[in-house]
Amino acid sequence: MSAVAETAPAGASGGQARTFFAVLRRDVYVTWSELPVFLAQVILQPLFLLFVFGKVLSSLGYTQNGYSDLLFPGLLALTAVITGMQTLAFPLVVEFGWTKEIEDRLLAPMATGLVAAEKVLFATMRAIIATSIMIPVGILVLGSIPWRWSGVPLLVVVLVLGSLLGAGLGLVMGTLVVPNRINIVFSLVFTPLLFTGCSQYPWPSLSRLPWFQYVTAANPMTYVSEAMRAALVPSVPHIEPWICLLVLAGALAVLMSIGVRGFYRRAID
Amino acid sequence: MERASLPDEQAATGSTPAPVPIAAPALPAVLVQSLVKRYPKSPVNAVDGVSFEVRRGEVFALLGPNGAGKTTTVGMLTTRVRPTSGTAAIDGLDVARNPVEARSKLAVVPQRSNLDRSLSIRDNLVFHAAYHGVGKAEARARADELLAQFGLGERAGVKPDLFSGGQAQRVMIARALMHRPQVLFLDEPSTGLDPAARLFVWDRLRELKERGVTLMLTTHDMHEAAELSDRVAIMDHGRILALDTPQALIHSLPGSTTLELSAHAPEGAGAPEGLLDALGALPDVQRVESVGEDSGQGPELRLRLYLGGPAPALLAPAAAVLERHGLQLSAVEIGTPTLEDVFIHLTGRKLR
Ligand SMILES: Nc1ncnc2c1ncn2[C@@H]1O[C@H](COP(=O)(O)OP(=O)(O)OP(=O)(O)O)[C@@H](O)[C@H]1O
Ligand SMILES: [Mg+2]
Repeated sequence: MSAVAETAPAGASGGQARTFFAVLRRDVYVTWSELPVFLAQVILQPLFLLFVFGKVLSSLGYTQNGYSDLLFPGLLALTAVITGMQTLAFPLVVEFGWTKEIEDRLLAPMATGLVAAEKVLFATMRAIIATSIMIPVGILVLGSIPWRWSGVPLLVVVLVLGSLLGAGLGLVMGTLVVPNRINIVFSLVFTPLLFTGCSQYPWPSLSRLPWFQYVTAANPMTYVSEAMRAALVPSVPHIEPWICLLVLAGALAVLMSIGVRGFYRRAID
Repeated sequence: MERASLPDEQAATGSTPAPVPIAAPALPAVLVQSLVKRYPKSPVNAVDGVSFEVRRGEVFALLGPNGAGKTTTVGMLTTRVRPTSGTAAIDGLDVARNPVEARSKLAVVPQRSNLDRSLSIRDNLVFHAAYHGVGKAEARARADELLAQFGLGERAGVKPDLFSGGQAQRVMIARALMHRPQVLFLDEPSTGLDPAARLFVWDRLRELKERGVTLMLTTHDMHEAAELSDRVAIMDHGRILALDTPQALIHSLPGSTTLELSAHAPEGAGAPEGLLDALGALPDVQRVESVGEDSGQGPELRLRLYLGGPAPALLAPAAAVLERHGLQLSAVEIGTPTLEDVFIHLTGRKLR
């Protein structure tokens, strides 16, 4: 039909990219205008974990020397995953189920999947920034952090994958959960995820607690924590990085496909 | 009354002359063909085979009670609801096949506020424009212009949670206009507004019509439909029961214009002998009824004439008949049927 051909350039991919970045700019703008809230949100929890487990307990002699070296990479993993998840899940549940704020973006001239992609990209960016902030915070709290320049490439890859993993979990949760269930889902998913992700202990050491080792192996966050340790403290026994990266890639593929499908279901009746 | 599910072209063009096509006939702004929506797990169709077209520059209303399927119809036209079957096109573009392009041609003012609560009113408008590819400078200028026009200039920096329903409604209309849509959909634009706010919104919508924007609105308020629209589709249970200009819909109702005559009866209560028959014999009068002798100041006679034609033409002959029977006409009331009467006639139910 000639009419379709004539109007096609208006909605061509250039236009959709422009719309995509306008929506991304909106998210950045909102975060920027609420910067103290953002910082408090992302820093507080890991800061306290770091302070209590890394500083207080070791000063009092309850933890072995070197525990904070083991904990720090785990907290990087935790921050990446949790921030990615929170950034995506909570607003999404509220926007879809309650305030309907997302409608204006769903009615923007771009594919519905790109609205989901923007959410994932933004959550990933936020998680990467939040995790990066943990490095100076760690130096401040602990005095020194385990650091290996040769481990940085792996660290960066894992940081990105861990942030994406959080975003993927957030997308799945955000599209599957209805607002009046958010509290129960939060306790049922969030807390176990937080404590079975090997951020506070290395996975191989769990061989003394085999059933828990199985449980933690099912949490994809475990592989972020382990790969972070492989990058920063390779002397601590850890799961081989290539296994971690493989599992993470697989988990991401599964989560994203479920999440995007859920997003379409919520976006279009 | 014709129960048509297809637009009645002939009847409509009788009252609003269609623009003469020069080369090819212009595409309709909205074209809907046999549209059906059945929500998952629902035993019935929310929209059940609806067809109509909205011409460019026309104001078209979907009038129906709660649950008629108005919002669902608008949802399908605006790419938010996937049709079960049938097609919908905006400006010749199939919305299901080209949702992205269709979205750039349309704008929606939803039934409930969906303003971005993290952004100020002005930023709501500016970012909406950015989503639609409007340049920054133009977006800012246009936002200020629209905010002033909608009486929101002073509150531009406020976040929408502090806004009342009426203010939010105005902001959403202003936002919808930011990308200069060809078709503007308004889902119950004045539900929940106070009378002044409603008149304000109506004035803005009339201005839009004058500027040639195609408007499609839904409402369960017959005044709104009659007041604003060129054509009205009466919808119930997912179907269009009638579609025409408000006047044509009303005129299609048999004998529902009434002329009510009050007269002082000097020699006491009761209609004089032969009066009712004489009135009944006048042209266009279908039935005469005595509706009570009200005793305000002295005895009064009230007669209701059911007419088949316009009431004013009958005033003089009716007054003459009364005079011949020794009665002095004291008050006259013309009752015109409303779209509500049309709805009752079509469904046997009240609109609300
Ligand atoms: N998302 C949905 N899922 C399932 N059923 C729905 C959904 N939305 C609407 N319905 C049903 O479809 C029918 C039509 O609803 P719709 O919202 O289109 O009516 P409406 O004419 O806009 O009514 P109102 O005047 O109350 O806004 C109703 O029976 C409603 O319960
Ligand atoms: Mg509705």
